[in-house]
Amino acid sequence: MLNDKDRIFTNLYGKSSWTLDGARQRGVWDGTAALIQKGGAWIIDEVKASGLRGRGGAGFATGLKWSFMPKPSERAHYFVVNADESEPGTCKDRDILRFDPHRLIEGALLAAVAVNAHLAFIYIRGEFVNEARHVQAALDEAYAAGLIGKNACGSGWDCEVVLHRGAGAYVCGEESALMESLEGKKGQPRNKPPFPANAGLYGCPTTINNVETVAAVGAILRRGGAWYAGIGRPKNSGTKLFCLSGHVNTPCNVEEEMGIPLRELIERHAGGVRGGWDNLLAVIPGGSSVPVLTKELSEKALMDYDGLREVGSALGSAGVIVMDKSTDIIAAIARLSHFYCHESCGQCTPCREGTGWMARMMERMVRGEAKVEDIDTLWDVSKEIEGKTICALGDAAAWPVQGLIRHFRPEMEARIRAAGGGR
Amino acid sequence: MNNMQPKSFFFTPENEAEAKKIIAKYPAGKQVSAILPLLDRAQRQHGGWLPSAAIVYVAGLLSVPEVKAFEVASFYTMFNLEPTGKYLIQLCRTTPCWLKGGEDIARTCETRLGIKAGETTPDGLFTIKEVECLGACVNAPVMQINDDYYENLTPDSVMKILDDLAAGRKPKVGSQTGRCGACSCGKGDE
Repeated sequence: MLNDKDRIFTNLYGKSSWTLDGARQRGVWDGTAALIQKGGAWIIDEVKASGLRGRGGAGFATGLKWSFMPKPSERAHYFVVNADESEPGTCKDRDILRFDPHRLIEGALLAAVAVNAHLAFIYIRGEFVNEARHVQAALDEAYAAGLIGKNACGSGWDCEVVLHRGAGAYVCGEESALMESLEGKKGQPRNKPPFPANAGLYGCPTTINNVETVAAVGAILRRGGAWYAGIGRPKNSGTKLFCLSGHVNTPCNVEEEMGIPLRELIERHAGGVRGGWDNLLAVIPGGSSVPVLTKELSEKALMDYDGLREVGSALGSAGVIVMDKSTDIIAAIARLSHFYCHESCGQCTPCREGTGWMARMMERMVRGEAKVEDIDTLWDVSKEIEGKTICALGDAAAWPVQGLIRHFRPEMEARIRAAGGGR
Repeated sequence: MNNMQPKSFFFTPENEAEAKKIIAKYPAGKQVSAILPLLDRAQRQHGGWLPSAAIVYVAGLLSVPEVKAFEVASFYTMFNLEPTGKYLIQLCRTTPCWLKGGEDIARTCETRLGIKAGETTPDGLFTIKEVECLGACVNAPVMQINDDYYENLTPDSVMKILDDLAAGRKPKVGSQTGRCGACSCGKGDE
């Protein structure tokens, strides 16, 4: 369990002020100039030493990602904060944006130094209108106090930070779609390579990181990479914001140590499963894109990258969706299939056509209006989408359906038989 | 396109000045980046929907082909290409809200207002729209009305919010059970 002294997100619930005064009381903007003056290479080394991995879902090593940026040249470098939080089950970045925006802005400045950028963007999902107002007000405060802009914090480093609001598109959380959107186009993902570190925003070297990742950087640099690496398990270090939603007694967001057992996380922080642990049916442990876990797997799951891989799922964005035995699991996954169908950008045929087909088939599965063999066809179609698209939205659409078939096939067959289609 | 399309659209002087400031935030020559914020400004100026004339106008301001601006306006769900009610009610239908009674919330809205999702009340006050995940799952079920989120909803609290809006009162925004953010302390669920 996480010690209070190791907590990074000390205003997660908005109980203190989100403005500059409040942020300073929490230690944000403390000695930032000295951190910048140690230089980009030092920042990257500390972040590498911390073991910090991307908190948006992919889990890529942050320091390593930053080191991919080319040496300074005449080309501009950009740093982008991905605040397009839209993964069903996930609402952690929102609370950083509205309750601790300075922590994010300071992290963006430090990251910009690391990747040699003098312009950073914060791309926030369009629906977060009030959250964007907080971030903009915090940016205005930071400019007025000389913390960002020319000679940021008096460090000699110039860095502008610009807030950019999206306009409603889940796919823009994918980094290349986000860059397309930021360039004023439809948010359709790009082929890789080239990777953003070589040709990103406006064709220039670009690094993109999730809000939670960026907001952790200030604390890591102040307290040292070794401190952060000492929390959690090797290769899975640090603290993590978990979003506990669904059928728990007290849904909440909470910062915990990586690797905490799923059951402990739910029982300690969310008041347990509604009706008790034995009333648990299933858990989606990392946002809608990751495969569902049965009660048996939930009992042994550890909440980090490796721990969830070992039980056939993934940490993703750590949006934990809990479902008790009253849940129609087929309908729960069908809703997700509808989501991915709605959010497919339409660029790749397997995803554009496949997500629609899966959503329609899943609706029939909910009513049992299918044949048992259709379950196999559904599996096959999901396999024809997975890995065959430009971005991971296709995979994300396939995995929930595959998880359902893997763990709840008997329920699907029973539904079909009850509707008279079993044979 | 419907017959409420105005023949022309221009920014107000205030929005024109604001547009210049927004464009200046992006690197030189990259003014197209301002298309989302400018379309948003235009939609707000035009009462919550984006007529074709406004899309053409923004395309002109940014020197992009009109078809590109139409592509953008039709790709992103927050641009309403048809008139909406004064209050646009966006009901989250995705799994975390559905698990917590989202369907009851939708039914309450539809019954109270006498319209289905996708429709506008005859007095032009309310439009109901079903949307995908709003990203406030811990405080499910949630809905968004114009810029504001309403969270931890029950059929009763939804009725109160709609009554307030219909009577011209400003309802309480955020958690309807008084939770601070997504904290488990204080008032819990229900």
